[in-house]
Amino acid sequence: MNTETRREQFQPPSLLGTLLRKLHIDIPLFIGLFLTSLLSFAILYSAGSQDMDILTRQAARIGLAFLLMTVLAHIDPYQFKRYSVLLFGLGIFLLVAVLIMGQTGKGAQRWLELGFFRFQPSEMIKITTPMMIAWYLADHPLPPNVKQLFTATILIFVPTLLIAKQPDLGTALLVASSGVGVLFFAGLSWRLMLAIIAVLSSFTPIIWHYMRDYQRDRVLTFLNPETDPLGRGYHIIQSKIAIGSGGIYGKGWLGSTQSELDFLPESSTDFIFAVFAEEFGLSGCLGLLILYLLIIGRSLYIASQAQDTYSRLLASSLAFTFFVYVFVNIGMVIGILPVVGVPLPLISYGGTSIVTLLAGFGILMSIHTHKKFLPL
Amino acid sequence: MRRIYPVKDNKVENHLFLNRIVAAFIIIILLTLGLIVRLMYLQIAGHEHYASLAKDNSIKIVPLVPTRGKIYDRHGKILAENRPSYSLELIPEKIPDLNDTLSRLQKLLAIPDEKIELYQKLRKRQKRFTSTPLLLNMNNEELAKFAVARPFFPGVDIQTRLVRHYPYSDLAAHVIGYVGRINEAELKELPVAEYRGSSHVGKLGIEGSYETLLHGKTGYAEIETNVHARLLNILNEKVPDPGANLYLTLDIDLQKTAYDALGNFDGAVVAIEIKTGGVLVFASRPGFDPNPFVVGISNDDYQALQSSTNQPLFNRALRGLYPPGSTIKPFIALAGLEYDAISPQQKIFCPGYYQIPGVSHKYRDWKKGGHGSVSLNKALTESCDVYFYRLAAALGIDHMHSFLQKLGFGEKSGIDLVGGKSGLMPSREWKRDRKNQVWYPGETLITGIGQGYLQVSPLQLARATATLANRGNVVTPFLVNKIATAQTTLPGPETHQQTIPLKPDNIDAIVAAMVNVVHGAHGTAKRINQDIGYQIAGKTGTAQVLGIKQNAKYNENDIDIKFRDHALFIAFAPADDPKIAVAVVVENGGHGGSVAAPIAGQVIKQFLKANDEH
Repeated sequence: MNTETRREQFQPPSLLGTLLRKLHIDIPLFIGLFLTSLLSFAILYSAGSQDMDILTRQAARIGLAFLLMTVLAHIDPYQFKRYSVLLFGLGIFLLVAVLIMGQTGKGAQRWLELGFFRFQPSEMIKITTPMMIAWYLADHPLPPNVKQLFTATILIFVPTLLIAKQPDLGTALLVASSGVGVLFFAGLSWRLMLAIIAVLSSFTPIIWHYMRDYQRDRVLTFLNPETDPLGRGYHIIQSKIAIGSGGIYGKGWLGSTQSELDFLPESSTDFIFAVFAEEFGLSGCLGLLILYLLIIGRSLYIASQAQDTYSRLLASSLAFTFFVYVFVNIGMVIGILPVVGVPLPLISYGGTSIVTLLAGFGILMSIHTHKKFLPL
Repeated sequence: MRRIYPVKDNKVENHLFLNRIVAAFIIIILLTLGLIVRLMYLQIAGHEHYASLAKDNSIKIVPLVPTRGKIYDRHGKILAENRPSYSLELIPEKIPDLNDTLSRLQKLLAIPDEKIELYQKLRKRQKRFTSTPLLLNMNNEELAKFAVARPFFPGVDIQTRLVRHYPYSDLAAHVIGYVGRINEAELKELPVAEYRGSSHVGKLGIEGSYETLLHGKTGYAEIETNVHARLLNILNEKVPDPGANLYLTLDIDLQKTAYDALGNFDGAVVAIEIKTGGVLVFASRPGFDPNPFVVGISNDDYQALQSSTNQPLFNRALRGLYPPGSTIKPFIALAGLEYDAISPQQKIFCPGYYQIPGVSHKYRDWKKGGHGSVSLNKALTESCDVYFYRLAAALGIDHMHSFLQKLGFGEKSGIDLVGGKSGLMPSREWKRDRKNQVWYPGETLITGIGQGYLQVSPLQLARATATLANRGNVVTPFLVNKIATAQTTLPGPETHQQTIPLKPDNIDAIVAAMVNVVHGAHGTAKRINQDIGYQIAGKTGTAQVLGIKQNAKYNENDIDIKFRDHALFIAFAPADDPKIAVAVVVENGGHGGSVAAPIAGQVIKQFLKANDEH
């Protein structure tokens, strides 16, 4: 870096700059998130049959989520690190509590009733798991050695299994990938990753051999839902028709016919991308993907600029998990991934995931706006 | 040894981390490109194909509903069948003004408001293009009226559907059960894919308990239709697997005999084939006609059934709980012999009452003045209460509880019907847990004569009797004998074999006394011993509904019918080679010997006569 640019950075900041620094808001990220939320309203209005009730509830949740994001952005990242273990432990405790209550009560239970709202411990654990792994790895030299990898794997397994038992495969997948994401960014060797993939895939035929016929059937319908067109496959077949009929330019806003005529209750939640693709076509889809990539790119940039190992690992993992959301949801709606319950981030109807996601971005902003050292 | 602490190398770590960020971004871009390629495949290459599919949604996946399995009795008589019936069905998508159409139809065919409401509820759960029934089981007049007016009702049509029919009506309604429209609670429980095309589900009895088997597996067809929803082409089809036919162990003729024999009384009769556990008779009176439930019973009729004081919808044989009265005595006596509390020869003196030493309260015998000197045989034959007060005091509640529990009292019978009751076999623990009270000695005494907390269902009584007749080999009752699917025939439910170790001499002593109940000169059920070439072993019982004060007299004629004693009878026959066990409960019937025993007698005689002829 030459002296000229260095001098620029020492110039007195403008009024707006001071204000933003006081707010601890990262402008590019904020704009990306805000635009996506606006898009959410537009699509929900159409997918939810122009029901204003849905919109008001979504608006309330998004408002709350942005508030939480701003609050978290004000907290020094050092505090996150300090309370990582405590928060992770609390999350595990609550997961176990929910599991036990679910068993004594009736059927599956995922939330704790807290008077005026329902709290899902599995949402909290989506953030506290990468915090915990990052905390654990940060004080050791990177890349992590075998012993650390082993401990970290167990730390990821415990919440994943607890959530998979609820059963909530989608969330379990997201928690697992948030933890594995930290390991990846901590420098888990490529060779080891390949070896793990090889070992896991070599186990598949052995497990397959020992499965009973009805279990194989279940796995097959899970992987290829179109063999069960009245059950799981119903959504996929209908959503492919909706997406394909959208073409390049789409049928226009509110022009979706498939969701009107004969769609699924999930047209506002997990399958909302099908409505979007039908109304805005391939061009709209590209636009949405670019918007998502900008958010992810900015997040990874923030991670790269972070000044301590904990912040880096946490920030990069949060960015990565956000992408997993996008990829798994769109992948399932367009029929290349099995159907697991993962919402389209920031767009699907349903509050808890939006609050968690924006809380994650709050942490990212906190990391970016609380730098201890001047840039070198 | 000196430990080596690794040191963080910031330069190496920075480099590693930045590498990973770049790698991650590349992976993310590649995966996103994958999504884009797939989207291009769907939206550019597949656009024309999918657009034509989307147009009028011309490709539909329609469920193909399997035919429900039939139910037969043990001789192949049909108990539940499917009959073609004409129904008026509407396709909302094809109807310009649904409310107007409904009100015109209502006028034309005089449809009651509640059927319109039911239809509206049903319609909201269905897709707009599915045909939803408004009227089921149309009669000829309705068919003719609609046929004439049909051109004025686009989107409304007459469909032929199979409707469940129960030819024996109220005779076996509780045990067969019935199918009815799927309600909202059931909709949440049932598997979505399997029931996408089904409107009915088994509610009670065999229909409910064997729902999955009777329903079969739903198939589907991918069909192509034109704008008017007329079928053009079937693209792909998976035929449904029809539901399995069930062959019951029930004998519907024997059931009729039992049901008719109950006459105007409320009550229940259960008969079990001892060697197998197959249930021959499972009658509960009053019954009800299940057929209106299939097509949707009117609210008034349903309310009438619900609020009727003699509860026709209640399955007394399975869920009715009664004090067993003296029918418990053979089992208590057997416990006494097994625990060596008594011997068959030992005699006691019965003055007509029993007192716990040091307590003034008199536990009275049913016979004023007493039975005099009483042996085990006489005690059972004449149903001496004092003998059993003393025996109960000697045994104690703990022994009675553990022995009677083995015979199935206080436990579910294991029958293949949902909704069975376990009744109540009291114990010290039960009273402490439930009532937070200690067990009193007086409660032991009245348990010994089948009163107090003891509660049994007719099915449990029949089962215990069958187990006794089977010499301690526990009989588990079941109803489905054979399950015939399209591919294979399977046996009914698996019953696990269990044996209570009993001394043969003890069983013989009890059976001899029970034979004396029917065939002895002083037997309480001697009126049923005519015209038979074998012996029946039985025991009468009379269960108090009303508590009688210490010195008051029970006078049948003074008491309102609903407070009269329940009459009970248990029996098995032939005594030397038992084939059938029967339990009869007649509510407010008075005496077991005069009311309940003849019913069991008729069932036993008819069954063994038919058995001989085969």
